[in-house]
Amino acid sequence: MPFAIHYLLGIGDMANSSNLLPSGLPRIESLEMRGIVKRFPGVLASDHVNFDVKAGEIHALLGENGAGKSTLMKILYGLYQPDEGEVFLNGERIVIHSPTDSIKYGIGMIHQHFMLVDNMTVAENVALGLPSSREPRLDLDVVSARIRKLAEKYGLQVNPNSVISKLAVGERQRVEIVKALYRGAALLVLDEPTAVLTPQEVDDLFVIFRQMAADGHALIFISHKLGEILALTDRVTVLRDGRAMGTRPTAGATKQDLASMMVGRDVLLERHRPPAERGPVRLKLDNVNAINEDGVPILKHVSFDVHSGEIVGVAGVSGNGQRPLARGIAGLHEVTNGRIYLENDDITDLSPAQMFKIGLSYIPEERMHDGVVKDFSVAENLILQDYVRRPFSNGIFLAFKYIAEHAKKLITAFRVKTPSRDTPAKNLSGGNIQKLILARELARQPRILIAAQPTRGVDIGATEYIHNQLLKQRAEGLATLLISEDLDEVKALSDRIVVLFGGEVMGIVNSDEVTIEELGLMMAGEKRAELA
Amino acid sequence: MNSNRLFSRRLFNALLPFLAVLAAFAVGAVILLLQGVNPLEAYQAMIVGAFGSKNGLADTLVKSIPLMLVGLGIAIAFRGGVINIGAEGQMIVGALLTTFVGVQLGEQFPGMLGIGIGLIAGMVMGGIWGAIPGFLKAQLGVNEILSTIMMNQIAIQIGYYLLRGVMIDPAEVAAGTNIPHSARLPKVIDMPRFTDMAQWLGFDQSAKDLGLQGYLGEVYGVLVEPSRLHSGFIFAVVMAVLVYIFLWRTTIGYRIRAVGLNPHASRYAGMNVKRTMVLSMTLSGAFAGLAGAVEILGLHHRMFEPTAVSAGYGFSGIVAALFGKLHPLGIIPSSILFGGLLVGGDKMQRAMQIPQVLIVAVLGLVVLFVVSTDYFVRKRSTRRVSVDSDEKPTDTTPTEPNPAEAQA
Repeated sequence: MPFAIHYLLGIGDMANSSNLLPSGLPRIESLEMRGIVKRFPGVLASDHVNFDVKAGEIHALLGENGAGKSTLMKILYGLYQPDEGEVFLNGERIVIHSPTDSIKYGIGMIHQHFMLVDNMTVAENVALGLPSSREPRLDLDVVSARIRKLAEKYGLQVNPNSVISKLAVGERQRVEIVKALYRGAALLVLDEPTAVLTPQEVDDLFVIFRQMAADGHALIFISHKLGEILALTDRVTVLRDGRAMGTRPTAGATKQDLASMMVGRDVLLERHRPPAERGPVRLKLDNVNAINEDGVPILKHVSFDVHSGEIVGVAGVSGNGQRPLARGIAGLHEVTNGRIYLENDDITDLSPAQMFKIGLSYIPEERMHDGVVKDFSVAENLILQDYVRRPFSNGIFLAFKYIAEHAKKLITAFRVKTPSRDTPAKNLSGGNIQKLILARELARQPRILIAAQPTRGVDIGATEYIHNQLLKQRAEGLATLLISEDLDEVKALSDRIVVLFGGEVMGIVNSDEVTIEELGLMMAGEKRAELA
Repeated sequence: MNSNRLFSRRLFNALLPFLAVLAAFAVGAVILLLQGVNPLEAYQAMIVGAFGSKNGLADTLVKSIPLMLVGLGIAIAFRGGVINIGAEGQMIVGALLTTFVGVQLGEQFPGMLGIGIGLIAGMVMGGIWGAIPGFLKAQLGVNEILSTIMMNQIAIQIGYYLLRGVMIDPAEVAAGTNIPHSARLPKVIDMPRFTDMAQWLGFDQSAKDLGLQGYLGEVYGVLVEPSRLHSGFIFAVVMAVLVYIFLWRTTIGYRIRAVGLNPHASRYAGMNVKRTMVLSMTLSGAFAGLAGAVEILGLHHRMFEPTAVSAGYGFSGIVAALFGKLHPLGIIPSSILFGGLLVGGDKMQRAMQIPQVLIVAVLGLVVLFVVSTDYFVRKRSTRRVSVDSDEKPTDTTPTEPNPAEAQA
């Protein structure tokens, strides 16, 4: 792998001439994928797709889940072989057999989920798998020095000696970028890099991406967040059902254009939230406190209430108490002090099972991890809380006939796309798994719903559907606590917004009277608001 | 074309265990060749020895009984997300309590009632022996692999202690030989042999009387003529069906599988994960204890050297369970196959004058190949899944199973 080796030996790191990148590597002037076809049993995942990217350009790849974005990029990265079609690098045909090949050609990939060893330092993570310059001993000092140089050239703030587990999500993302650059990436595939970042971190990241493009890197940006694509990219290619629907310059495009191209029909991006018809208080938190395993307070004197027929949003930067709040109400995290009431009953010390029994529904934020049993069928997943209760069982034997009918009813009612009710949940797309969880939680006819990140990583069509379901339940009198890091979502759906910072309530504001900027300041702990 | 490929891949996965056995035999053949033994003859001796004659078949089925019961327990534990390597010890303590209870009760409860009491005693004792590591794991996070292995040693030594002490056969003491084994259990609580049952049902003619020839005669012989084969076999098969119903049709089985597959989601759904883990270990131990009880009541009728009673079934049972894909109904044939390997190995040794260690080596190869193909399949599947989730765990086409996962 000529590039990487030169790079490691530091040979290429001399000049910053016009065809070299700041990392000292040659640019990838153009990369072109022509007529790519990839078939899977029963599915045409990629149907004669043409796609190209040039040095200095950020090219967006837009499409719903299952549209074929990942398939195309896996082909580019050598994880899949195309059934038909060719790849050209700087006009020459290349064949990419494996990720080793793609790295050799200067193609790097930043995955949506970080590929970092948590208890190692940045330098150790970057050096992982690369030959040392003085085998068999490690050369972490050399690696660290190079990381510092790279970080400086690209304006990335990264300390090579930090341990990954101590870093914030945004910092980990930068480590991934450094890692790709260190390995000699001239073309970077960014697979939904913003999925786990806060608005501020996204802005920082975009500055870095723009700088990289300006320096001559070619960037492929995969996303289904229309705002980000419009803000960042130069051109956009829309995929739908494995086919390229067209490539166009981003300038001049609107969200509505792109959404329609992506979904194949007109999508409503705005949510219609009629005035609330607030009923009595359903859920009430009174001075709730909680600590983490190390005894550090993570919820401090949290008090608010949620009325029937109301959606209360919880806004905050990730890790400011949203998770313990949701888990505390559900009985999954111990509340050290304070009381929680459902209508007039004290529910503070109830177990999760008891909470579910008296009418709590909870959509956990980590849906694959905490929301479904991946190897269970759709039907089995739909009875995860209620399998012991009639009519799903008589307490001993499961009532398969009823369970099947129940599944059939919910699959239709909530438009869960699945080959059958016996399909394992892991074979469903993210949006459909979320619909499955939503179906399960709403069909239980809850008195309170906690929805944590209900649309994170979910495509536009499913998001629209989930939002409408939440609003429909609101109209029917459900009390919903909506926890989300997507401020647009919180603002669009919530009647009132509780802002959390460091486990404290910074304010409770009426959603229609607050601006995103004000929310941002409260989320950063710089402003308190009068309680609404 | 694609569905064909999918089909052949599934077929391949289904056949994989048998390929593993064949591969083990192939490697074993090399070892046999190096010893100057004709492997074909040796394997022929093995297969004919295990399945070819009345006595071979009976022995094979006798050995399949403890394998099946232990295997069922292993399947429950693995399905529940805990690993039980302690079936040896659980068998031993089960056999000890069954013997103790049987000797103490004497002829008070003859027949089914007495047998039932003996079986329950073994089951309870094995269950307790499994519950301890389960409890340690749930409450203190003690690794159950280590604790179950340690519990094996404790069970063995307790066995020797009791057999040299309170449980020793008074006849041995009287004779002054002091061989550490218990008194024989009263005959009235022997589990009936197949030949006894056949007599009750009115089959009292031998194969020769009926003029049955060849293999049919041998099979008839197994079922009707006197042999060591006892009703424990029927009991074990019935248990396998009951475990299947338990795991897939009942709420507790649903909970055990849910916790085994995803403890986090189970907890979020309000299940008591720790209690379920203890339950899985307890049931797992109970089935191993039951295997010990059945060995005593059906075969040995007295307790002797603990490791000779458990006879490695606690470990072979794990392999039988894995070979049966951790499915109760799959464990029935896989136990018979492994019972056959144990018996056939014995026969091969005698027929070919092969040293015992070589037989052990060949059996070890079978175990190694079977277990590693299982891990190979599982690893491949998780690797495929993780490659997918690297990029986008959710980016699969909704109308069709993800090809990568379908392959796994």
